[in-house]
Amino acid sequence: MAYLKLQGIEKMFGDHRVIKGIDLEIKQGEFVVFVGPSGCGKSTLLRLIAGLEHIDAGALQLEGRDITHLASSKRDLAMVFQSYALYPHMSVFENMSFALKLAKIDPAIIKEKVGRAAQILNLTDYLHRTPKELSGGQRQRVAIGRAIVRAPKVFLFDEPLSNLDAALRGQTRIEIAKLHRDLGATTIYVTHDQVEAMTLADRVVVLRDGQIEQVGTPLELYDRPANQFVAQFIGTPPMNMVSITQMPALEAVCGLPVAAGGIVGLRPESLKICVPGQGLVDGTVDLVESLGAETLIYVSTPQGAQLVVRLNERCQLRAGDVVGVQIDADAAHLFDASGHITRTGQTRQALAH
Amino acid sequence: MNHSTRHALTFYLRTLTTWGVTLLLFFPLGWLVLTSFKTELQAISVPPLLFFTPTLENFAIVQERSDYLLYAKNSLITSLLSTVLGMMLAFPAAYSMAFFKGKYTKDILMWMLSTKMMPAVGALVPIYVLAQTAGLLDSRTALVIVFTLSNLPIMVWMLYSYLKDIPNEILEASRMDGATLWQEFRLVLLPLTLGGLASTGLLCLVLSWNEAFWSLNLSAAKAGTLATLIASYSSPEGLFWAKLSAASFMAIAPIVVFGWFSQKQLVQGLTFGAVK
Repeated sequence: MAYLKLQGIEKMFGDHRVIKGIDLEIKQGEFVVFVGPSGCGKSTLLRLIAGLEHIDAGALQLEGRDITHLASSKRDLAMVFQSYALYPHMSVFENMSFALKLAKIDPAIIKEKVGRAAQILNLTDYLHRTPKELSGGQRQRVAIGRAIVRAPKVFLFDEPLSNLDAALRGQTRIEIAKLHRDLGATTIYVTHDQVEAMTLADRVVVLRDGQIEQVGTPLELYDRPANQFVAQFIGTPPMNMVSITQMPALEAVCGLPVAAGGIVGLRPESLKICVPGQGLVDGTVDLVESLGAETLIYVSTPQGAQLVVRLNERCQLRAGDVVGVQIDADAAHLFDASGHITRTGQTRQALAH
Repeated sequence: MNHSTRHALTFYLRTLTTWGVTLLLFFPLGWLVLTSFKTELQAISVPPLLFFTPTLENFAIVQERSDYLLYAKNSLITSLLSTVLGMMLAFPAAYSMAFFKGKYTKDILMWMLSTKMMPAVGALVPIYVLAQTAGLLDSRTALVIVFTLSNLPIMVWMLYSYLKDIPNEILEASRMDGATLWQEFRLVLLPLTLGGLASTGLLCLVLSWNEAFWSLNLSAAKAGTLATLIASYSSPEGLFWAKLSAASFMAIAPIVVFGWFSQKQLVQGLTFGAVK
C-alpha cells in the first residue's frame, strides 16, 4: 500500500489552474524529489501536501487515512522551509523543542531527543544561541533539526539549499543524503537544481506547468526520457537537440527515418570530435570550456545546429578551429513534433545498468 | 577662516539654534507651570514676573470648585477602555489583513485612513443626535464608543505595519509544529509583536486622553473629561489666568509623566517604518 497517495490533486489561484490533476504514490522510506523550472508548481504541490494551502479537488491519503482537509498541525508532517523560518525570539533548543512542548511531552524526554538531534547535526555547542547569532549553514541545520526531533511520518523540504553558498550547498547535500541513509524516513524534497535531484533521489518527479512530465529513478530519467522537456531538463550540459533542417545528414538515424518536424536528441558524451570530413558533419569550434577532468566543446555547423561535445580528456582545440563531429547513432533519441519520445537511445552506460 | 574654526562655528551655531527652538517650543508649557503657582494678581502683572513666592492656593480652588478628581477619573476610564476595546477590535483585523491578504485589503486600508481625513465637526450633528436618541449624552459610554471608533483606523494601520514585517513562514512553521491558532498567537506572534502592541496602545492612550472635541460636545458635568474641565475655566466672567493655568497643569500632568516613562516606546511607535 502506498504510504502517501495523491489522487487528482488540483489547485486554483483565482482563475489560474496552477496544479492540474496530480496522481502520485510514494512508498514508505522513499526519498522523492520534485524538480522543475520556476513556476511549475512544485512548491505549491509541497504546500498542498503540508496543508498550508487548501486542496481544491482530489484526495490526499497518508497511511490509508484521508488527510485532504485536515489541518496542517494534525497531519504529523514536518517541513523545512527555504528561509528556515526559525522562531527569532527562541534559542536553538527552544526552536527544536517547540513541537514536542506543544505535544506536552515530558521535559526529560524532550531534552534527550533534542540532544540526540543536536549531536547528529553538530549543534550541541549552539543550543543556547538565538538564530540571530548563527550563520546561514547553522540556521539551516537547526531547521532540519527541528524537523528530525519530531520523527514525523514524512519530511518535507522546500528548496532548503537555495540560500546557501556553493561550497556549503555541496556539503549540506551530502549531509542530507547521509541523514536519509541513517534515518530512513520518507522524504519529499523540492528543488529546481537537477544535480540535487540526481544525487539525492530514489525517484524523481519532473513537473512542468502544474503537471507531471515523468516519474522515475534519476538514471531512468537520464537514459530514457519520456519527452523532450525531461531530456533537456535532466543532465548538464543539456542534451543536444537538432532537427533535420539543421543537420540533413541525420536523415535516418540507425536506419529509422526521422519523423517530420521531429527532433534528434544527442547527449554531449555520445558525440566525438574527429578530423573534418570523417564525421557526420563538419563545424566550427565556438568555445572550449576546460573543467579540469573534462572538456566541453561548443561547435556550430553551417546549417545552424549548435552542439556541445563532452570529452573526458584535455584537448588542444581553440575557437575557430574546423572539426568534424561523429555521432553514436545508437545513442540518439528520436522525438516527434510534439516532443514525445519515439525511439530511446542506448548508451554503453545504460546497457550496463 | 580655517577648517577647524569653521567646524567649531557651525557646531556652536547649530547648538544655539537647537536650544533656541527647544526653548521656544517649551515656553508655553513652562510659563503655564510657572503661572499656576502665582496668585491672580501676580499672573497678570506687567512686566511678567519670573521670580515670586509660589502658592498652592490655585490647585485647592480648582479641586474644590470643580472636582478635578471626577474629571481625571473620567479621562482615565475613557482612555483606558477605548484603548483596550480598540486593541481587541484592531488586532484581529490587522492580523487577517497582514497574513491573509485579499483582493480588497489595500482598498480597505486606504478607506480606513480616508475617514481620518474628514474634520470631526463634519460628523458632529449626526453623532450628537445618535447619542441623544440613545440617551447617552453626558455618559462615559458615549465617549468610549466615539474614542474607540476614531482611534480604530490608526490602530489598525499601526498594527498592520508591525504584523506585515513578520514573515508568514514563521507562523506556518508553528502550524506545522502543531500549534492551534491561539497557541500560534500566544507563543509566537505575541512575543514578536509586543513592542508594536505597546507602542500602538500607548499612542492611542495619549490620543484619547488629549481628545477635546467630542468630550466638549458630548459630555458635561457627569462624564466630562479633563478637556471639559479646562474649557470651563474660560468663562464669560473673564479669564482667571492663574486658576486656568493650575487647571491645565493638573490636566496634563498625568499624561506627561506617563509619556516620560514610556517615551522610548512612543517614539518607536511614531517613527515605525520611517527607517527600514
